[in-house]
Amino acid sequence: MELLGIILVPLAASLAALAWPDAKSRPLLLPAAAGVHTLLTLRLVAAPPAAAYGAWLSLDALGLLLLAVSSLVSLGCNIYGVAYLRGHSERDNRFFVACTLFMLSASSVVAVTRHLGLMWVAMEATTLAAAPLIHFQHSDRSLEATWKYLIMGGIGIGLALLGTYFLALAGAGNPEGYALHLDDLLALGPRLSVPWVKGAFVFILVGYGLKMGLSPLHSWKPDAYGEAPGMAGAALSAILTGCSFLGLLRAYQVCLAAGQVEFVRDLLVFMGLLSLLTAALFMLSQKDFKRLLAYSSVEHMGLLVLGLGIGGTGIFAALLHFVNNGLGKGLLFLTAGNIHRAYGDKTLNHVHGALRRVPVSATLFLVGAFAITGSPPFGLFISEFLLLTSAAGAGRWAVALSVAGLLGVIFIGMAGAALSVAQGEPPAKPLCQEQGESLLTTMVPAAFAVALLALGLYIPPWLMDRLGAAAALLGGTRP
Amino acid sequence: MDQISQLLLVATVFLGFALLGSSSMSGCVNLLALQGYCLSVLPFFLHHEEHSARAVLLAAGMAFLKGWLVPRILLHAIREVRIAREVEPLVGYVPSLLIGVVIVGLSVVLGQRLPLPPGNHSGLLVPISLATMMMGLFLTVSRLKALTQVIGYLVFENGIYLFGLLVFRETPWLLEMGILLDVFAAVFILGIVIQHISRQFDSIHTDKLTQLKE
Repeated sequence: MELLGIILVPLAASLAALAWPDAKSRPLLLPAAAGVHTLLTLRLVAAPPAAAYGAWLSLDALGLLLLAVSSLVSLGCNIYGVAYLRGHSERDNRFFVACTLFMLSASSVVAVTRHLGLMWVAMEATTLAAAPLIHFQHSDRSLEATWKYLIMGGIGIGLALLGTYFLALAGAGNPEGYALHLDDLLALGPRLSVPWVKGAFVFILVGYGLKMGLSPLHSWKPDAYGEAPGMAGAALSAILTGCSFLGLLRAYQVCLAAGQVEFVRDLLVFMGLLSLLTAALFMLSQKDFKRLLAYSSVEHMGLLVLGLGIGGTGIFAALLHFVNNGLGKGLLFLTAGNIHRAYGDKTLNHVHGALRRVPVSATLFLVGAFAITGSPPFGLFISEFLLLTSAAGAGRWAVALSVAGLLGVIFIGMAGAALSVAQGEPPAKPLCQEQGESLLTTMVPAAFAVALLALGLYIPPWLMDRLGAAAALLGGTRP
Repeated sequence: MDQISQLLLVATVFLGFALLGSSSMSGCVNLLALQGYCLSVLPFFLHHEEHSARAVLLAAGMAFLKGWLVPRILLHAIREVRIAREVEPLVGYVPSLLIGVVIVGLSVVLGQRLPLPPGNHSGLLVPISLATMMMGLFLTVSRLKALTQVIGYLVFENGIYLFGLLVFRETPWLLEMGILLDVFAAVFILGIVIQHISRQFDSIHTDKLTQLKE
């Protein structure tokens, strides 16, 4: 019942948005649908249903994790969206609202299906739904970003489909025919054909990794995140990347069952380190604070696959990090959007003194910048620390040391940029009405900040249980 | 039956070559449409016993979409934005064709190394699917105009579809419909973006899209 609800409610709201005649009241559909979605998700989190074997829609612990994060982030973004779209009343918001809701619906399908084919179809739907969000500004630059996103995303998703077919072929030896359901693939386990499983993982890593924005497949990401409105950037970096991460986790599960996990781990660690290195290099020289956030996303995606590659408690750390990263990106992109609006500019050379111009947003942006780089007492500190200790515990000292070093460099890049935005002389030109911050545009990021702080101080036992169950599916252990 | 399926597969790869060497935009679209038709009837001859309602429906959907609708959208875009009819490749036509030959050779070698499950599929299927994919990717990166990049992307998609025929009988039809629908939506959105690009820049050259870089 809830499973259908989380898919159909946003879908119906999305169709309603297309038909809704009044542009002023249309954005109200966003929080309404997301609110219902969150309520249904909370019910699922409170009492997770048992995953039905072989059903098209069935929720397991991993899907639940993605569902919970995307529901919370999209609720925040959609509440914020009401204020954002009110400030952009000159532009037609019909497709923006419809696509935001459609993306939520499609990402719910990704979370609640364990059929890898259906998952792919929904994944492609999320990819396409994001394109109008990136293009919302209708400028030369956003057009360029959209084009790059579509062509690269299209090829990435195509390669992921190829990887999915490979998985089907891997199970060809068994009498019941090809399998694309995760349950069937896991049941086949060691009987899966090894070369096809390996090939499938490589293609899925490249395909979904491109959508996650792992280096060296990340080149579309700074463009898309830089040009998309803040709320779309938050949705992209928490929901879209989360969906592709789940796709990767599914392939990992199959490799685990097939006994090929050693081969996979080295690949993941390599991609993770490369992403961290890329992020560190580009963040130091970045001149645009929204693009900076995109590289921060590359960094965190790298940390996720790194944790997966380390294994053991590293997997638990990666999943905890996934939750923290979603909240952190929500906080940062929404406040960055506020600052961008207050200055009409997002280059670090021109944006100074935000603490005086938009005090609440600038404070939250600073908090977010420190939180996302893993400073205590925020949630990301816990997950990154756990990741490092898992790497060290697994005897991978070289990995642990290089991660710590790169995180240090990234901290310098991020903190330097955030401080330069917050401090200094604000421009003399006074702020006009629609450029300022409102209760609505600061309340949501503040809520994300509080949640991040809470997760840094105390992880409730039920969350530990859910994360532990999810990590167990991937062969990970609770710390 | 086998001969017809071989013939269709060879035609697919020849059409790929023709696309690599073609200099006219609308010519490229027509070649793409022809490739779409070839692919849509292929399942009938590939799997002997498949004449179920589902197979017919799928073939019809495929022919309608890849043979008729998508080329129609692309031709419309060509007319609408009044693009010069020249393809303007980054890599010349003759080098492109030579690269095509290399791609086919590579695919044959690769195809032989893959451990295929036993079944009544043509031995040509995998190499030609790989070749079509690679040709599509090559077209996407080696052509300047937004529209030709889309054509390249669609050729790549065709290659993946060919690969999917290996697992054709087992995948539920709903899934295939979903995949087709996604492809259609992608082309539709790409078509809209092309129109925006042409309106904004008075050209559909992707080399105008260079403002965003490090």
